[in-house]
Amino acid sequence: MDAQGLHDLLAGKFGERVSAFQADALQPWSVVAPEAIAEVAAFAKADPALAFDNLMCLGAVDYPAIKESVPRMELVYHLYSYTHRHLHVLKVMLPREGASVPSVESVWGVANWHEREVFDMFGIGFTGHSDLRRILLPDDWEGHPLRKDWVDPEFYTGMHVRPTAQMAERFQAGEKIGIGPFDFTPFNAHVDE
Amino acid sequence: MTNSITGPIQNRFSETSLVFTTVDNVVNWARKSSLWPMTFGLACCAIEMMATGASRYDWDRFGMIPRGTPRQSDLMIVAGTVTLKMATRVKRLFEQMPEPKYVISMGSCSNNGGPYWKHGYHVLKGVDEVVPVDVYVPGCPPRPEALLYGVMKLQERIQEDHVLRRRAASTGSLAGASMAIEAIK
Amino acid sequence: MSTVIPPVDDKERGGDSLGAERQGGARGGSSSLVTPPHDYGWRLEDLDNDEMILNMGPQHPSTHGVLRIELRTDGEVVRAARPHIGYLHRCFEKHAENVDYPGVIPYTDRMDYVAAMGNSLGYALAVEQLMKIEVSPYVQAIRVTVCELQRIASHCLAVGAYGMDIGAFTPFLHLLRDREKILDLFEWTCGARLLYNYNWVGGVSHDLPEGFIRAARQFLRDFESVTFPEMMDLLISNKIFIKRTAEIGVCPPALAVSYDLTGPNLRGSGMPRDLRKDAPYMGYDKYEFDVKVGKGEFGPVGSCFDRNWVRAAEMAESAKLVHQALDALEKMEKADVHEKVPKRVKPPKGEVYSRSEAPRIQLGYFIVAYASGINPYRVKVKSPCFTAMSVFHILARGMYIADIIALIGSLDVVLGEIDR
Repeated sequence: MDAQGLHDLLAGKFGERVSAFQADALQPWSVVAPEAIAEVAAFAKADPALAFDNLMCLGAVDYPAIKESVPRMELVYHLYSYTHRHLHVLKVMLPREGASVPSVESVWGVANWHEREVFDMFGIGFTGHSDLRRILLPDDWEGHPLRKDWVDPEFYTGMHVRPTAQMAERFQAGEKIGIGPFDFTPFNAHVDE
Repeated sequence: MTNSITGPIQNRFSETSLVFTTVDNVVNWARKSSLWPMTFGLACCAIEMMATGASRYDWDRFGMIPRGTPRQSDLMIVAGTVTLKMATRVKRLFEQMPEPKYVISMGSCSNNGGPYWKHGYHVLKGVDEVVPVDVYVPGCPPRPEALLYGVMKLQERIQEDHVLRRRAASTGSLAGASMAIEAIK
Repeated sequence: MSTVIPPVDDKERGGDSLGAERQGGARGGSSSLVTPPHDYGWRLEDLDNDEMILNMGPQHPSTHGVLRIELRTDGEVVRAARPHIGYLHRCFEKHAENVDYPGVIPYTDRMDYVAAMGNSLGYALAVEQLMKIEVSPYVQAIRVTVCELQRIASHCLAVGAYGMDIGAFTPFLHLLRDREKILDLFEWTCGARLLYNYNWVGGVSHDLPEGFIRAARQFLRDFESVTFPEMMDLLISNKIFIKRTAEIGVCPPALAVSYDLTGPNLRGSGMPRDLRKDAPYMGYDKYEFDVKVGKGEFGPVGSCFDRNWVRAAEMAESAKLVHQALDALEKMEKADVHEKVPKRVKPPKGEVYSRSEAPRIQLGYFIVAYASGINPYRVKVKSPCFTAMSVFHILARGMYIADIIALIGSLDVVLGEIDR
């Protein structure tokens, strides 16, 4: 089934909660209202004409307030069907702060970890998730790095994070740690002592 | 190799079957010829370290038998990117190793952060922030021959170690351990 | 074993075995009580008298990398397993936003460092789709040759390391001998042994040198006549190996699809899905090869043995593919491999999700190009090992600790790709 047909099926069932079909992109997408995504996902998997049994990718993109765009965060779901071999893209538009979306973990098991990663990197909350905590970064990390307004902190538990000042400092202090590859004391220097 | 053995070792085999040398020489020779690394393979450099251990670039001929546990090893080859999450574990494993212990930092990621130095918010810019390093092997990843060269450099270093008299500049012996505490803090 | 597992509360839980470092953690706003299908929320008070929490720490003598698995076990049988990742998180996606399009390619190599050609190929294909570049058949044939050779090399390491994890050290050395030969061929072509920066947007970095085709055929002759039969006899048909792997880690196809297992992991469960056949790219539809599917000869379908067997048997299919690609290359005349490489890679505004059958299964790149900048706006990688690891806690229930190692090896994870 082609993208327009898929979108029409979804829009027919969910009305205005599935909107804004972008047809002229390389991979056309449908925009889904945030609170409806779990139901749309369940329908997409269960309906025999759609049969989207595979969630290929769940990612987020951060669009801060740049000139022509509305500031938002987009959650992008790439769905694929092994039986019908068609793919479709669902997008959810969220505000940049304090966003929260129902989890699709009960539909596709892999969404558990994908959502944890999105939470870790962007700060989007997922309601109904069984175990929402950081997955890639340490648990006491502050902030969400893949947001466009991320600034590297100076230190993390005593270790340097930002490189430039540290390297300049150490070099200027004349610090020489360890041994360079080509300077070594000659053999048997101690024998002559 | 010849300098360090036949030089300080006066060989009287032909006459009286006696060999004279210093304790330092023998102990250092034994230590450097059987460096047991704890394979601390983290990332891509770990694959090159495995290739060094495989049959083409065999490191067994240097006496290096990889041990899985830090308690039975005397060399830690930090091969790969050290992340901030992992850095505390690196420090802990280094502390678990018995003296004398040495560290080779393999690859540019553990030397100074490598290709991730600029935007890597989670990458430790050089493992020498948490453990004292004896030899740095550059490369991304360094060839197995480069790692073996680094090991040979370390062996030269070990040969000049002193069992009784501690030279302040050498790491790896007790003097190194006291320096390590400053470096880790 | 607790049945209803309350949500995890950081203040009460012992949490990490290295408890001193965990301060409190940033938690999500999940307040609803959903009985989870996972055994994630165990607490120290929930353990029975004879149970303990054992840590298979980030450092262990295994090739797969820095993975930490917390086991709730009574000493031998694992009741629940919880994997912790992120010890190799190298901020690939942040780097991709700050360097230009061709500059991302070395970073993609370092994700799945065992099979670097597959990663850069996936990325190059995605950007070429955005810029609507079609590479010449010559470049396509080179890419197929190189990728299939990389697949053989990567499976050599995977199967060899799997044998080593189980306890058989010798096949590892034999297979690494052949991997070194392939790495020699790559070094001859582009100068690097492990991380090549080879697949560029619009072409490849170096043309195949003179004599490459003859050397590659020589290698394939040796591989097909010596190493492959040796590996099948020595390791795959080994009774001890079969006994250790054929009954454990059974993953039914529905679970595999739900958790997005792809490639040999999915084919081991009996589903004949191969992206090279389902959605061919780069001229794969012109070549003839079979798709190996796990048959469950020695145990249930979808066991660790099946997944590993698919990998081992795939090596012969890749060898067939390389032969055909080399034949195609011989018939073509040499073209310029940099012909379609744009001077400045500036895709028009758009986004694309492109999948490719990398050696470690289906790698997906979601690239957003915004406002025609020279840096990508967002590169999201769907890492196949990430999804493979997400099913781990389900398959690991009820296993012996020794089988946990076998399970990780059969899923063939590389932590660089999981953590990116």
